[in-house]
Amino acid sequence: MAKVLVQQAPFDAGAETAALTAGRTDVGGVASFLGVCRSDDGLDAMVLEHYPGMTERAIERIAAEAEGRWPLTGCTVIHRVGRILPGEPIVLVLTASSHRAAALESCAFLIDWLKTRAPFWKREEFAGGTERWVEARAEDDAAAARW
Amino acid sequence: MRVLYFAWVRQKVGIAEEDVAPPAEVRDVATLVAWLAARSPGHAAAFADPKQLRAAVNQDFATPDHPVAANDEVAFFPPVTGG
Repeated sequence: MAKVLVQQAPFDAGAETAALTAGRTDVGGVASFLGVCRSDDGLDAMVLEHYPGMTERAIERIAAEAEGRWPLTGCTVIHRVGRILPGEPIVLVLTASSHRAAALESCAFLIDWLKTRAPFWKREEFAGGTERWVEARAEDDAAAARW
Repeated sequence: MRVLYFAWVRQKVGIAEEDVAPPAEVRDVATLVAWLAARSPGHAAAFADPKQLRAAVNQDFATPDHPVAANDEVAFFPPVTGG
């Protein structure tokens, strides 16, 4: 059963990683993806909106799919919402397994599917007060479809 | 029926959610879109190009032919951009 959190607060990636190996000796590797807010085109902040309830459910389903496809010993997905500044983390995906291939592949799978199947929307705020909604990218659909 | 709007769909409609009682001929997501679009200029703007919209019925992604009923929670939003 994966740990899934959608929250405004920052998270501690180190503590979350340590939690996946604490007290057990069957973990051979932990793979991680840390998504960070970039400052493109003079971005001041990114504001993330989500669909409370559906978002958690969608991520839990994606994580269950990963646990069905790969032999994972642990899985953590934390996605922040609200106003996030350039340089701040947005999303953390951790997968632990006895062997590295399962950890690495399931981690890539999780972030690819999360990008296209979990109801989050990004709004970019720029200096001077302009804003724009981020548009979905065909490359993200292609990345999700390869799994 | 509870209808929720997210991201620029919410901004164009002007509200985040509303309770509606569509007529019997509104049977699926597509006919609900057509009916909602006639409610206000904001709705019309939000639903002007249904291809730009995605929907969920009771918190599951739904296609235009997905049935809708009186007690459903239906949401409209742009393609998702998380991660």
